[in-house]
Formats: sequence, structure tokens, C-alpha cells
Amino acid sequence: MDSTRVIYKRPFSLGILFLILILLATMPFYVQPYLVILLSSIFMYVIITLSWTIFSGPTRYISLASAAFFGVGVYTSAILGQALPLPVVIVIGGLVSFILALFIGLLTLRLRGMYFIIFTFGISELIRHFLLWWEANFTGTVGRWVVIVDNTTVYYVMLVIFIMALLTAYLIRRSRFGLALRSIGEYEEAATHIGINATVVKTTAFAISAFFMGLAGAIMATRWTYIDPRIAFDPLFSFMPVLMAIFGGTGQLYGPIFGAAIFAYLEEILITKFPYYYMLLFGTILIIVIMFLPHGLVGLVQKWRKGGSRR
Amino acid sequence: MFITFLDVVIGGLIMGGIYALIAVGLSLQYGVGRVLNVSHGEFIMLGAFATWSLYTVFGISPLVSLIICGPGLFLIGFLIHRTLFQYLRGTSESIGAFADSSLLASFGLLFIIQNLALLIWKADIRGLSYLNVPVSILGAIFEANRLIALLFAVGISLAFYIFLTRTRLGKAIRAAAEDPATAQVMGVNIRRVLAICFGLGALMAGFAGPLISMIYEMQPTMGLEYTIIAIIVVVLGGLGSITGSLIGGFILGLIGSVVTNFDPGLSLVAYYVIFILLLLVRPTGLLGKS
Repeated sequence: MDSTRVIYKRPFSLGILFLILILLATMPFYVQPYLVILLSSIFMYVIITLSWTIFSGPTRYISLASAAFFGVGVYTSAILGQALPLPVVIVIGGLVSFILALFIGLLTLRLRGMYFIIFTFGISELIRHFLLWWEANFTGTVGRWVVIVDNTTVYYVMLVIFIMALLTAYLIRRSRFGLALRSIGEYEEAATHIGINATVVKTTAFAISAFFMGLAGAIMATRWTYIDPRIAFDPLFSFMPVLMAIFGGTGQLYGPIFGAAIFAYLEEILITKFPYYYMLLFGTILIIVIMFLPHGLVGLVQKWRKGGSRR
Repeated sequence: MFITFLDVVIGGLIMGGIYALIAVGLSLQYGVGRVLNVSHGEFIMLGAFATWSLYTVFGISPLVSLIICGPGLFLIGFLIHRTLFQYLRGTSESIGAFADSSLLASFGLLFIIQNLALLIWKADIRGLSYLNVPVSILGAIFEANRLIALLFAVGISLAFYIFLTRTRLGKAIRAAAEDPATAQVMGVNIRRVLAICFGLGALMAGFAGPLISMIYEMQPTMGLEYTIIAIIVVVLGGLGSITGSLIGGFILGLIGSVVTNFDPGLSLVAYYVIFILLLLVRPTGLLGKS
């Protein structure tokens, strides 16, 4: 009964999706420049959160290495930005993150639960502190300038990365690969027993998710114009996607997207309206969400839908 | 040569003593209560800044502040666990889900406490000058406040160890750390013990704060660094092993001191390298069970 309803509804929701995309693509022509900048930052968080969910959602391995992958993209952009054209720089940023994630993935095969969380956090902090030390001792200057790109370009690149990430996440969810990821999350031993190569599956998903974070970092760097390891590898980029994804709920694809969009918008509003109380409000909202919305917005929507159908 | 050696060793013991204190606190909260309290460092920061205010406004010595901050933070920690974390424990489907949600909730606490501290004390770097008279030990010169901090850190650690091994409550805590369900069957009031453990973790932060304020500079944003060091030490000693945390603290302090002697910029890098190698080679830590 349920499945027939979903099939029946699909063309309808596809149409809405298409409409939203057209709206987003034409946005820079009729809105204020400020809104374009705001939307680019929201897209940045949405991309990071969505790609975090590609790996951590189904497998339930909470990764705190997002800052490392994002920061690698930022640094690629800063180092290669002057020498190569923008699209090449961005793709390289993604690829370097991809390779780094393959490497980390192969190292962390044995780690689970809290150990995995702590390890991923440690590796991203290690990169940050090592770069700080390296820049202070060998390159002589901590911090770099990045080639500036105009805001509209940044916006469109973010939009394209977002669509790519969304498409990838959608295809993975519907594929055998996605099922394998989910079965690892449910019960890893059982998954290996039915012939899933958990190592390969996990590492691949981890690297794919890192790829999009690297892309986002590479384009975001051009908007910051100046970067240093503290900005590029800020641990907040590791924490935020986790919070945003849980706020949205990881059960459905739209969960992390709306979670990140609402959270990023909220952050922007809170920072501009209450600069001195921003973190206080943010922390309070976070605790309230965890206490009363354990399954995020998705859980709330599903609860509401169930209630609606029963009536 | 000998003086450098003494310098490094005693410097390492001083850092190690403080690391041991803060790691024991985190170990109690995570090892027993399953709350990876990332706001642990904020409690330390609160202790340090309360000491600073008490000293500059009322002229109260940091050593007296120890007995004000410790119990004060114990109470705050106890109440937070009784309300927030016990609520999450009750509503979580599994212990794993509870570990995740409590981790996120403690991030919320981190933001709130740090923001409050920024509002009260502003973002400036502060320092205390308390008993910074030089004392010579076999030719190496140390400031008296650092030696006193070392003495107190070791004393508190030992006292805590005795509490844990010799008293009824200490035994209840260790039982709860081993196996909460069985401990409950044996008549341990698990809800009370877990809240006390969280409070004791905050108590350790409340002891570490004043000691840190005596010897290091401080800032309202300093908390996360101490939390990270505490996490490294807890993993080094073995998750859930309180004795391991004590030993691990001193080991990390000594390593830090040796590396700082070569290049101060590398000490955090060294911590992370040790940490990552440890997780790869022996994730259960020095004294942890596999």
C-alpha cells in the first residue's frame, strides 16, 4: 500500500525538485547580492553535511574528519589557485581529499565506535597543527592569499557541486552499494558473512564523501581571500555537519539538506542579530533539539504524517 | 646537561600532574557514565577564571580557591547529569545512541559555558602572579608556584586513588564502570552513582582550574585544548581505566616536556602522532581491556 503511494507521488516530487533547481539557478538575476553570498555559505554547509551523510548516515560511523577534507580543498586552492584555471583547481582539491580519505580509511579499518570518532578528530587536528608548524618553520609565513573569484561564480560552482553531491547520494542510496553500507551500519559481522567486503565498501564511501568536501573547500577558499591552517582546518567544520545532519535526521536524503540549510541560516541570523549571545543561543537550541527531537526534522515530519494518515 | 635533564623531568611532571587530574575527570565521565564530555575543558576554564576573579577582586589565594571551585563545580556537574544526561539516558534506545546524543549535548554545553565566560570575563588573555619566586633544586631554577601545583596535583590524584580503592562509594563507582547492570542488581543506586561520577569529573576540573591559573595563561576559549589533551590521555591509559589515566597523564606530560625542549611548536603535533600511532597499534591503551 505504502509503496504504491510512493510510486504514484514520484513524478510530482520530481517536478517540484526541478522547479526548485530552476529557481536556484536563476536566483542571482533577481535577488540582492547579499542573498547570493548568504546562499553560497548555506550551500557550503549543505554540501559538507550531505557528503558527511553519504558515509556516516548508513554506516553509523561518526566521522570528525570533515575539517581535514574541507581544509585540504582550501589549501589546494590557495597553493594552485594562481597557476591553474579554477575548474581544474577545484577538481584537484576534491581528488586530493579523495586520496587522503582512502589513506585514512585504510588506516582505520580496525577502529569502531568511539575510537573511530576520536581517531578521525585526531587526524584532522594533526594535519592542522603540523601545517601550522611547517608554515612557521619552513615557508616562513603562516597564512596565504587566495585568488578572488566573483560571488556569482562562487554561487554557481556551489550549486553545481550541490547537485552532483545530491545525485551521488541519491544513486548510492538506491544501489547495491548503498544497501551494503546500510547492512554494515546494522550489523557489520553479519554483513561480512553474507559476502560484503566491508573494507572496500567503507573506504570507498568515505573517499566519495571526502571528494565533495574537498570541492567545497576549494571554491570556498576563493571567497575568503586569506586563509591559514586555523581557518582552513577549523574543528567547527568537523562538528557542524554532525550537528546539522542529526538536527535534520539522517533517515531520509532531505533530512541533512534541510537540517544544514536551516542551521546555517539560523547561524547567520544569530551572528548578525546577537553577536554576543550567538553561541549561547546556538548551544541552547542544540540541547533542546537533542532532548526533544532525537530523530531530527525527518522524525518530526514522519510522526506528523503518521498522525495525519491515522485520522 | 644534568640541569637540562632535571628541567625537562620536573617540567614534565608538572604538566603530567595536571594532565592526570583532568584525564581522571574525563575518564570518570566517559568510562563510567558513557558521556564523552567535550565541555570538560570548559569546566576547567570556569575553575581557572573563578580563581582569577577571587584572587584579583577579593585577594583569595588560589590554593583556597581549590576548595571553593572543586565542590562548586561538583554541584554543577551533579545537577547537569541529574537533569540533562539522565533524561537522555532514559529516552535513548541503546547505550550507543546515548553515547552519541550525550556527545552532542556536551557540545551544546561547551558553546553555552564558553559564551557565558566570554560575556563575564571578555576575550582577553589573563594571568595570575602568585608565588612566582624562584626556587633552586640541585641547580635548576623553578618558580615556587609550579612546584606547589605539582605537589597538589600529585596529592589530589593520590587522595582520589585511595578514595576509589578503599571507600564504599569508590567501590560502587568501580563496579558501575565494570558492568552497570550487574552493579545495579548488587544494590548500587546506579542513577545516583552516575550523577556522582559526572560530578566528580567536574570536581577534578574544579581542582585543575585553579592549579592551571597559577602557572599558565588563560582565555575563555582555552577549554577545548585541555579537553583534547584529556581525551588523548584517557585513550593512552585505556578507556575506562582510571589508574591508566593517572599514569598516562604523567607519561604524556614527560613526552610533552621533552618535545618542548627541542621545539615548543611541535608539542601538540607530537601528542597527536602518539595518539594516532597508539590507536593503530594498541587501541585499548596501556591498561585497558581488549
